[in-house]
Amino acid sequence: MTLLTFTLNGKKQSVDVAPDTPLLWVIRDTLKLTGTKYSCGKGLCGSCTVHVDGKPRKSCNLPVSKVEGKTVLTIEGLGKRSLHPVQKAWIEDEVAQCGYCQPGQIMTAVALLEDNAHPNDADIEDAMKGILCRCGTYQRIKKAIHTAAKEA
Amino acid sequence: MNSIESKLLDRRQFLKLSTGSTAALVLGFCWPLSGKDSLSDEDVIFVPNAYLKIHANDTVSVIMPRSEMGQKIYTALPQIVAEELEADWSKIKVIQGDLNQVYGSQTTGGSASVRTQYDRLRKAGATAKAMLIQAAATTLNVPGSEFYAESGFVHHSGSNRKLSFGSLVAMANTLPVPTDVILKDPKTFRIIGKAYKSLDGIGKVEGSIKFGYDFELPEMLTAVVERIPKYGGSMSSFDATEALKVPGVIKIAPISAGVAVLADNSWAALQGRKKLEVKWNDGPHAKLNSKKISEDFKAALEQDGSIIRSEGNAEEALKTAKQQIELTFEVPYLDHAPQEPNNCTAHIHDGICEIWAPTQNPGAAWWAAKSVTEFADDNIKVHTLRMGGAFGRKLQNDFVRDAVEVAQLTKLPVKVIRTRTEDLKNGFYRPSTVHQIQVGLDRSKKPVSWIHKLSGPQDGWAPIITGGADELAYGIPNQRVSYVMTEQPIPIGAWRSVAHTQNAFVHESMIDEVARQTGRDPLAFRRDLLKNQPRHLGVLDLVEKHSKWDKPLKDTQARGLSVHYSFNSYVAIVVEISKAKKGINVERVTAAIDCGTVINPDGVRAQVEGGIVMGLTAALYGEITIDQGEVEQTNFHNYRLLKMDKMPEINIHIVQSTEPPTGVGEPPVPPTPPALMNAIAALTGKRITRLPLKGQLG
Repeated sequence: MTLLTFTLNGKKQSVDVAPDTPLLWVIRDTLKLTGTKYSCGKGLCGSCTVHVDGKPRKSCNLPVSKVEGKTVLTIEGLGKRSLHPVQKAWIEDEVAQCGYCQPGQIMTAVALLEDNAHPNDADIEDAMKGILCRCGTYQRIKKAIHTAAKEA
Repeated sequence: MNSIESKLLDRRQFLKLSTGSTAALVLGFCWPLSGKDSLSDEDVIFVPNAYLKIHANDTVSVIMPRSEMGQKIYTALPQIVAEELEADWSKIKVIQGDLNQVYGSQTTGGSASVRTQYDRLRKAGATAKAMLIQAAATTLNVPGSEFYAESGFVHHSGSNRKLSFGSLVAMANTLPVPTDVILKDPKTFRIIGKAYKSLDGIGKVEGSIKFGYDFELPEMLTAVVERIPKYGGSMSSFDATEALKVPGVIKIAPISAGVAVLADNSWAALQGRKKLEVKWNDGPHAKLNSKKISEDFKAALEQDGSIIRSEGNAEEALKTAKQQIELTFEVPYLDHAPQEPNNCTAHIHDGICEIWAPTQNPGAAWWAAKSVTEFADDNIKVHTLRMGGAFGRKLQNDFVRDAVEVAQLTKLPVKVIRTRTEDLKNGFYRPSTVHQIQVGLDRSKKPVSWIHKLSGPQDGWAPIITGGADELAYGIPNQRVSYVMTEQPIPIGAWRSVAHTQNAFVHESMIDEVARQTGRDPLAFRRDLLKNQPRHLGVLDLVEKHSKWDKPLKDTQARGLSVHYSFNSYVAIVVEISKAKKGINVERVTAAIDCGTVINPDGVRAQVEGGIVMGLTAALYGEITIDQGEVEQTNFHNYRLLKMDKMPEINIHIVQSTEPPTGVGEPPVPPTPPALMNAIAALTGKRITRLPLKGQLG
């Protein structure tokens, strides 16, 4: 076990865990934030996507030791005061079906828009194609990203 | 427990729960639900029946008899209640109902939640409204006939007095429950038919809603199971020495599915499992592979089949036909792969077995706990949790059984989780099937004989492979449909739209091939054979118009059509494709659905979109294969799902109808793969008879 410190959703957190523990399990099991989801465990589906220093990262295969001293943002920290424009667009366009992958979709979409405020379809597909949705909500995800881009 | 046993148990449990469903319905309207079992607030609550609680603060809680897995019944079912209740939509809250016989069957499947609950939820709302009106009449000492309800208030027509529902709960509680309520004229609906946003939409974007995987109890342990790798295998011995050294690992013990590792957190359990050393016995199927299974199914086609449809004399009509067309189709096993892998939490304490399961089938969950613990019926409690997708997989109770067996090893509550690999390798798969079809045509190139023989795995329940095969809508005078089932150790189960996934592919590919070989337009050909099927024609008309079926395409493009009836609904699909550097691109999908009365049109569209994506995924990539007695697929790299960059544009059109509501979740899936394959036949001349498409276009 190792004592590791990072900033989570604006707050400094110290955790005493095995340093190879994926960030996902530290967030979920140790810090009890369950909005970030387990689905594949191998970085293949993106349900576990969080931001590390502002960049989207799949947390299921990212050892927590790699975020030592860094800043992590999860879905819970995204719209703390009021909903983020991407979250609002998700509601407006009624994106979610089961909702399980949507935190990962939203975190990826937020990172895309921070990088590129007015993405075209190809930009969106390129940024989002690694995030799987078994319910098949992709058409609405794309639409909602355009909606959010307009609103922002 | 094998799939047959599980199926039988599920059905026994279902029968147990649905015995005397009339009684259950009646009970549903007088069952005294205690106010404290689901809500903590202490206000006065009016509980007119098992579906509703109305609170003094005007909140209306609608209790869900079925489970939510993405099909949005948490919004559609409250719309039905709120309509008849004349509720204020902003005051509606949803509570998941636990397993309780008062609701009859609580199995969520067969695209049945809306269509089976429609009447009783309307009645539940109307009953409550009648009682609130009576409460207002009693309170104001004016005849009840002078009142009407609207947006959460009871209004007095003769004056401008109005009383909120919340202000009437105490009085309403004292009144008898009427049995003869009048339902609204659908022409006056103001909530049913409207595209209300999901009641749980905010929770889904905030990450605050809890799925089974997120469920937590104080002091809860997490466990994983090292599973018997091969079908028919068993555990020989295990050495836990190294595994127990992993910090956080608490206990290791065998259960029927393999060896369980209990830990105080998920990662420790997973790491502990890695360090386990287990010796397995291979069992009788250790060499089994997909090629052998396919050969078994093809060989079985030589046997006489059980007949499920026979009209006229199909053999004779084929023999004397002017032209015969014969094709053999084959579809693979498929996994459901919901985004949330299977999991279940159980706690055995004080002689009680309590279960928290993300399940489509709380009755089967109950049965799993009963059969493991043999506790008295009342000492088994099932709490239904929200599912992160299910698609039929969570009808099974294997994951509940795991949890109950693991819970027997500890006094603490324990959540048993599965990884993606475990989920893919331990599925209850959409069965693989082989189909031989012969069609005979007369001189005018009209089909006069249809002979369809199916071969697939045995399960004790033939409709798992035959469903839809016996319902060919096309007017062909001589038909013979039969099936042969072969014992295979691969567990099978209902996969979104069950056997319709295979049989629509076969029907719609074959009809299209006949049209092609006889030089007919696939749409005109279908219309001729569907003269007596007005609702099939209705969806065909809609897709014809919106897909611009008659508009010529470039040589590098093509359209494919299909139409299919399932779960009482009608769906027609047109898929438009174009040639790509390698293979094809799916450019556009136009769909039309007739699902009777629509509760929430946006919810219908969402389900159709999702069904099309699931159908395309199956058609393009979906395949579970077996080698050396086990499933080969281990994660999303070798069990691919459609990604956003391969998404076609999808346009959906809904038939306006006043017929009763029918299924929505499943019906869009079956017609999608054949529409794609029919487009490929139109573009390339190649008839795809084996799914998935993967690798077949060079």
